[in-house]
Amino acid sequence: MGTQEIVAKCQAIFEDLNFTHAREWKKAAPNRKVIGFMPVYVPLELIHAANALPLGIMGGGDQMEVIHGDAYYQSYICRIPRSTIELGVTGRLDFVDMMLFPFVCDVIRNLSGIWKMMFPNVVSRFFDTPQNFEEKIGGTYYEHELLELKEAIEQTTGNKITDEALRNSIKLYNENRKLIWGLYDARAKEPWKFPTWELYVIMRAGIMMPVEEHNQILKDYAAAAHQEDRPKRDNSRIVLNGSFCEQPPLNLIKSIEMAGCYVVDDDYVLVNRFLTSDVPVEGDPLKNLSLTYIKHSVETACKYVPKEEDKGQYLVERIKKCGAEGVIFAAPSFCDPALLDRPMLSHRVTENNIPSISFKYAENSGQMQPIREQAGTFADSIKLWN
Amino acid sequence: MSADKNVIKEESMIIQKEMISRNYDAITSKMETGRKMASTFVPGNLNELVRCFDMLNNLPEINAIQAGMRKLTGGYIMEAEKGGHSEDVCTYVKADIGQLGKGNIAPNGKPYPDPDVLLLSYTGCYTFMKWFELLREQYKCPTVMIHVPYQGDGHWTMNMRDYIVKQLKEEVIPTFEKISGVKFDIDRLREMMALSAKAEDDLVWVIETAKHKPSPIDAYFGAVYYVGPIFSAFRGTQEAVDYYKVLKKEIQYRIDNKMGPITPEGEMKEQKYRIVVEGPPNWTNFREFWKMFYDEGAVVVASSYSKVGGTYDMGFRHDPKNPLESLAEYCLGCYTNRNLPTRVEILEKYINDYEADGLLTNSIKSCNSFSAGQLMMMREVEKRTGKPGAFIETDLVDPRYFSAANVKNRLESYFQMIEQKRRGVKSAA
Repeated sequence: MGTQEIVAKCQAIFEDLNFTHAREWKKAAPNRKVIGFMPVYVPLELIHAANALPLGIMGGGDQMEVIHGDAYYQSYICRIPRSTIELGVTGRLDFVDMMLFPFVCDVIRNLSGIWKMMFPNVVSRFFDTPQNFEEKIGGTYYEHELLELKEAIEQTTGNKITDEALRNSIKLYNENRKLIWGLYDARAKEPWKFPTWELYVIMRAGIMMPVEEHNQILKDYAAAAHQEDRPKRDNSRIVLNGSFCEQPPLNLIKSIEMAGCYVVDDDYVLVNRFLTSDVPVEGDPLKNLSLTYIKHSVETACKYVPKEEDKGQYLVERIKKCGAEGVIFAAPSFCDPALLDRPMLSHRVTENNIPSISFKYAENSGQMQPIREQAGTFADSIKLWN
Repeated sequence: MSADKNVIKEESMIIQKEMISRNYDAITSKMETGRKMASTFVPGNLNELVRCFDMLNNLPEINAIQAGMRKLTGGYIMEAEKGGHSEDVCTYVKADIGQLGKGNIAPNGKPYPDPDVLLLSYTGCYTFMKWFELLREQYKCPTVMIHVPYQGDGHWTMNMRDYIVKQLKEEVIPTFEKISGVKFDIDRLREMMALSAKAEDDLVWVIETAKHKPSPIDAYFGAVYYVGPIFSAFRGTQEAVDYYKVLKKEIQYRIDNKMGPITPEGEMKEQKYRIVVEGPPNWTNFREFWKMFYDEGAVVVASSYSKVGGTYDMGFRHDPKNPLESLAEYCLGCYTNRNLPTRVEILEKYINDYEADGLLTNSIKSCNSFSAGQLMMMREVEKRTGKPGAFIETDLVDPRYFSAANVKNRLESYFQMIEQKRRGVKSAA
């Protein structure tokens, strides 16, 4: 298969707001369950080990009209909870057996309570990851939280999660992360061969299908993209930051690329590479998941950074590693984590003489001309002045 | 301010004002006295622990409120926005950051000194975490964090409590010892917590007097003053215990004489509507906002805001026998750390227990912790109690988001709706 075919298949899955691919997976065998999760991070391994499908729910995007969802939120709340409620109210998630609301901000946290009241027949759970990164404090707490989550998943699915099954899932997700990081590295090296909008579509589809299927797609796409001859342009190399929760419309990503930017790193669909190293397969799997989170996970706005000198350092290192020439802070409107973090990250990149710009979007933003102009001017200024 | 000359004040209000002034004087003179200072938050406020190390307790939220009531925050917020802070985020944060940029002057006219430590008690509000990361960037001082897990399933677990206790033992206390040079004395903490529990008993007595008809207190606008000592730097002190004794006497007098609450314009004589309020007040137009209620004969008989610094009316007391565990339970139980179904239950209980006419939500633009989900909560409370709800939108300390005409209009319509509903019930009977 060529890249076009793979991307077209993934785009069809990610744009399908009836989640047909996941529904069909569920129907294909008895006792299969689907567990929905919201951004930014949940341990997908635990869900997979219970023979359930982890289904990423990242809002309704720009193709869905929100009618009911707006009645639940004031004008100053971001769009993702509205469109997620719309998905629920319109029955599009009626096949989802359990919903996980991981910690990202107070809006998603409170959505977990709304879900409990609106859909009492669905198991809804808030998942609080630690903000203390000491092994004996945050690590121990998180291990217990994982155990509680494991028991809740077992109860919902009716499937016991054995250590063996969990180790197998860890192996598969280690492979998944390795393939994804591999693609990210390949894009940083030759961004003209791996357009970000294509990668994005593949990542979005990846959280709506079994990991085994996604691993194969990642391999196929990497092989196809390496072989294809795509013209190299004189674009500026930029990193996108701030889009870890509510995702931008696909056209926004395309617009940034069309404006003369090669996106060499981003924080879209962060769940699939939140852990930055392999989870050890040997030993206690829950402890391994806990410690990998504590010691080896990305820095993002919903995680506390214990030392001031480390704040923003992860972003600076990624910029350097990817050979980026600038940063675009692209945050959803009313996104507390991204917008509160932005001044600190902005100071840190400025200290490192890295230029940046910022703008806001919503998942249903329709006007791309201002974005294109802003990104284009930024790309030109990098070429002219840096 | 000249308007203050006409404001009616009771003895307890004067005592409280003096207490707060003394704390500001102690804060602004810390360089001379050599005392160390911790900055921290109201929900999850560990005042007893801070005082155990002879440190002063500075609360940026209270500072923002003080600045808001003095009409200073509009300028501070603009200053922060000029510096790159988004118009979308919490105005307490921007008021604090903007104040720093404009000299950082305390209400007593003296500059706030830099804190010696930032105690990031991360309880029920995501923004707290970013707020103190931002302050840490400014002050470059040590920061110690307590992560308080959210009660997603409506209750706390032993794992959550143990996690907090461990953070207290292994991170907060050693940091405080190092900064203050004072060794931790658990018996001293116990003594303070015994005083906390006494004051908390009296606070609960005070807020529950709103069950009387007429209510001798206003449990929202008035309660802001009543919770002041416990929510700020005085919990665990004899001063707080003494304050509540005076306050109790005043309220008992009003109960005995069937009097209403004391507003800035004197006793509220007529109580036509008994309201429960969800959400914090607006501070930039606090008196104007309150006046819209008492002019219409509306008294607030219960509010969720008066529980942000502790849900004592639900039974919690600081326990000197288990001091650290009790501090952990205190943090876990703060109102905004409870999930939405629990918050609905609390509001429903208030409507019933206080025989209220309805629920008013003051939705705060910059406080997602409170605001996200309030429309659903209001509908749920209406459904369960049969009492009408209303929704207004303002902000904490950003004057741009207080539209007096709109708020007044909505309130008047709401009170008319209550009236109509009453007539409907009477005619049906």
